[in-house]
Amino acid sequence: MAIELKMPALSPTMEEGKLARWLVKEGDTVASGDILAEIETDKATMEFESIDEGTVGKILVAEGTDGVKVGTVIAILAGEGEDASSAQQPAESPKTETVDEARKSGEKPAEDKKPAESGTANLHSDIKTARDPEVPHGTNMKTSTVRDALRDAMAEEMRRDSRVFVMGEEVAEYQGAYKVTQGLLAEFGPTRVIDTPITEYGFAGIGTGAAMGGLRPIVEFMTFNFAMQAIDHIINSAAKTNYMSGGQMRCPVVFRGPNGAASRVGAQHSQNYGPWYASVPGLVVIAPYDASDAKGLLKAAIRSEDPVVFLENELIYGRSFELPELDDHVLPIGKARIMREGKDVTIVSYSIGVGLALEAAETLAGEGIEAEVIDLRTLRPLDKETVLASLAKTNRVVVAEEGWPTCSIASEIAAICMDYGFDDLDAPVVRVCNEDVPLPYAANLEKAALIDASRIVAAVKKVTYR
Amino acid sequence: MPKAKTDAPAGDNPVATAADDDFALHSLQKALDADKRYAPSKEELLRLYEQMLLIRRFEEKAGQLYGLGLIGGFCHLYIGQEAVAVGLQSALDGSKDSVITGYRDHGHMLAYGIDPKVIMAELTGREAGISKGKGGSMHMFSVEHRFYGGHGIVGAQVSLGAGLAFAHKYREDGGVAMAYFGDGAANQGQVYESFNMASLWKLPIIFVIENNQYAMGTAVSRSSAETHFHRRGTAFRIPGMQVDGMDLLEVRKAAEIALEHVRGGNGPVLMELNTYRYRGHSMSDPAKYRSREEVQGVRDKRDPIEHAKAELMGMGVTEDSLKELDKRVRAHVAQAADFAENSPEPSAPELYTDVLVETY
Repeated sequence: MAIELKMPALSPTMEEGKLARWLVKEGDTVASGDILAEIETDKATMEFESIDEGTVGKILVAEGTDGVKVGTVIAILAGEGEDASSAQQPAESPKTETVDEARKSGEKPAEDKKPAESGTANLHSDIKTARDPEVPHGTNMKTSTVRDALRDAMAEEMRRDSRVFVMGEEVAEYQGAYKVTQGLLAEFGPTRVIDTPITEYGFAGIGTGAAMGGLRPIVEFMTFNFAMQAIDHIINSAAKTNYMSGGQMRCPVVFRGPNGAASRVGAQHSQNYGPWYASVPGLVVIAPYDASDAKGLLKAAIRSEDPVVFLENELIYGRSFELPELDDHVLPIGKARIMREGKDVTIVSYSIGVGLALEAAETLAGEGIEAEVIDLRTLRPLDKETVLASLAKTNRVVVAEEGWPTCSIASEIAAICMDYGFDDLDAPVVRVCNEDVPLPYAANLEKAALIDASRIVAAVKKVTYR
Repeated sequence: MPKAKTDAPAGDNPVATAADDDFALHSLQKALDADKRYAPSKEELLRLYEQMLLIRRFEEKAGQLYGLGLIGGFCHLYIGQEAVAVGLQSALDGSKDSVITGYRDHGHMLAYGIDPKVIMAELTGREAGISKGKGGSMHMFSVEHRFYGGHGIVGAQVSLGAGLAFAHKYREDGGVAMAYFGDGAANQGQVYESFNMASLWKLPIIFVIENNQYAMGTAVSRSSAETHFHRRGTAFRIPGMQVDGMDLLEVRKAAEIALEHVRGGNGPVLMELNTYRYRGHSMSDPAKYRSREEVQGVRDKRDPIEHAKAELMGMGVTEDSLKELDKRVRAHVAQAADFAENSPEPSAPELYTDVLVETY
């Protein structure tokens, strides 16, 4: 059968080109891989190879021709055993097929359509109701630090599921740089509590690969500042794989560690990455405040089929909170929590900012302003409904965020309030964030750069016109 | 699994206490040099030959469909490198071993017996594609075949592959991970981070450097201070092997030697497969960094398929039967191309599926 040789597209954007030179002539025998012609695009001169064997029949476009559209038949190749002369003309008049037409012809529905060779059909996930489970009446409440709550969450999940392990710098013998993994090595041994070398990119990749291979890794970063070295695996490898594989390959990994400003450690160790990770589809991002949420959400994160970035805060590791003593304290991902009810203004926050918002609310109550405080808890997916319901009630929103203002979670909340709650707003949404500078070392400057309760109070007075 | 420091790793490890100049670094190379070529039966060689031919014809067709605008974006062809994927993967145990590679991934999938139809349909961005048309040439996976991609970030697959090996060791399932990467990726920092941990923890992994001589358009001598890539594991006490990646039977033999070492619990092996890609880095590569004569020279003298063909004819296989085989392979590829051209595009709601597995 004669083969039509068509003007090839040699780049993603090429629509036409110049047939610069023929390297074969009519009657030549060619093998697959032989170069037939040189074609000039707007970017470069490219070689056009034969992929078939045969004899060159008619050359239909002479060398030197400019503006040859992609898809135009430029020559005819006679197959083996065919008379080249019988293949001198194409069966029909040379058809000029454009890229668009070629695409269109590809849209015909297939008769023998076969499902993709993916295991997606066999997958199923439980749809969870996004509501905190009721704590049974009479449940004993105990006091726990956030640090111990996180450790207990990991220990419980490691007891429950042998696929769960924790890896990171100093997590085993040192007992955790911030003592979050204290005691895990003794209980679970070096097979499941693994000290890594100081190579964030490499061990984040190993953790991600282990999740692809069917395990449930918890990858601890000593702080999220160091995860900058590993952010490629968090985003390009972990977050995108399920989508890129058409739902075939999951990556159930938890990346956790302290995030945000610590105390007097300077700019490179003091940054809130919440907005960075929360901008990435394919990730779940959690940033709890108190011990109960830290435990319940970390357990949920470890059980999740999705990759989770779990942002802790060094300054609240040591704070104590009430924690229900339950056999299995698991909280829903993607659900904000109303920390304090109020009718005059909504203060939205997360992580360490929640403590400051509660402090501000206490001050404001003394002045007759009842503030509702919402802890987002999960930054992605964000619980818009809880924020908007509160806005509908108070008609005023302040967002308190320990982080930079530009492209922040606070900016996102402001946009959500405008998009979906514009008619409920009696005042502009006000953002209370850190100053827009790298965090300084000097004690006075550091204090000046970070949010505090008094700034939240001032913002609330602004939106309540007091 | 990784040992606690109290396990005194130096004391119970004869390899580590041996003198530097005679530890296992060179033993695998010596074993290969002593007996370089695998001896297949005629039937087995025919099967491997057919796999290589399928990759070549598939990639030629992919190049053609790209030229017709049916395949978009980046498309990196494997033509010339067929003996590497076929020689190595034919030695693996598909029921437990795992494979991961970079963006030049079509050949590795075909070598693992994945249906050319769903690969080609992914290239054309159709719903029937192996990633439902959402991944494209560089992002294809088959969990069923333990093929873990298909990764577009140069070098990422090396750390991810070490993670797959970690999972094999953690589960004690006897599997070995094979992580392919190129001479270009071999200069990425995370490769060495992974070498360190893989060797430290004795992970069951074979690192495969497919040295096709060019990182995009940069020749190895212009990018690499040490161009003998098999030596790059020395600092991490990973034994290296230098293999002619154009000789199917040498590749297969080397794979068996490496696998025996890794399955024995001795930690990783680094293999350098010297090969050559005939086509450009991607479809839009003008190939000005090398001469036409250089490419033609390799095609004429070192072509892996011609090489295997000569071997087969020496075993008494006739030219006619090989022609029949080629016809069959071409028909198979043509069917895959028809399927890929005629399958529907993904439906619009697919845009929003598979972002997260669970509903929150």
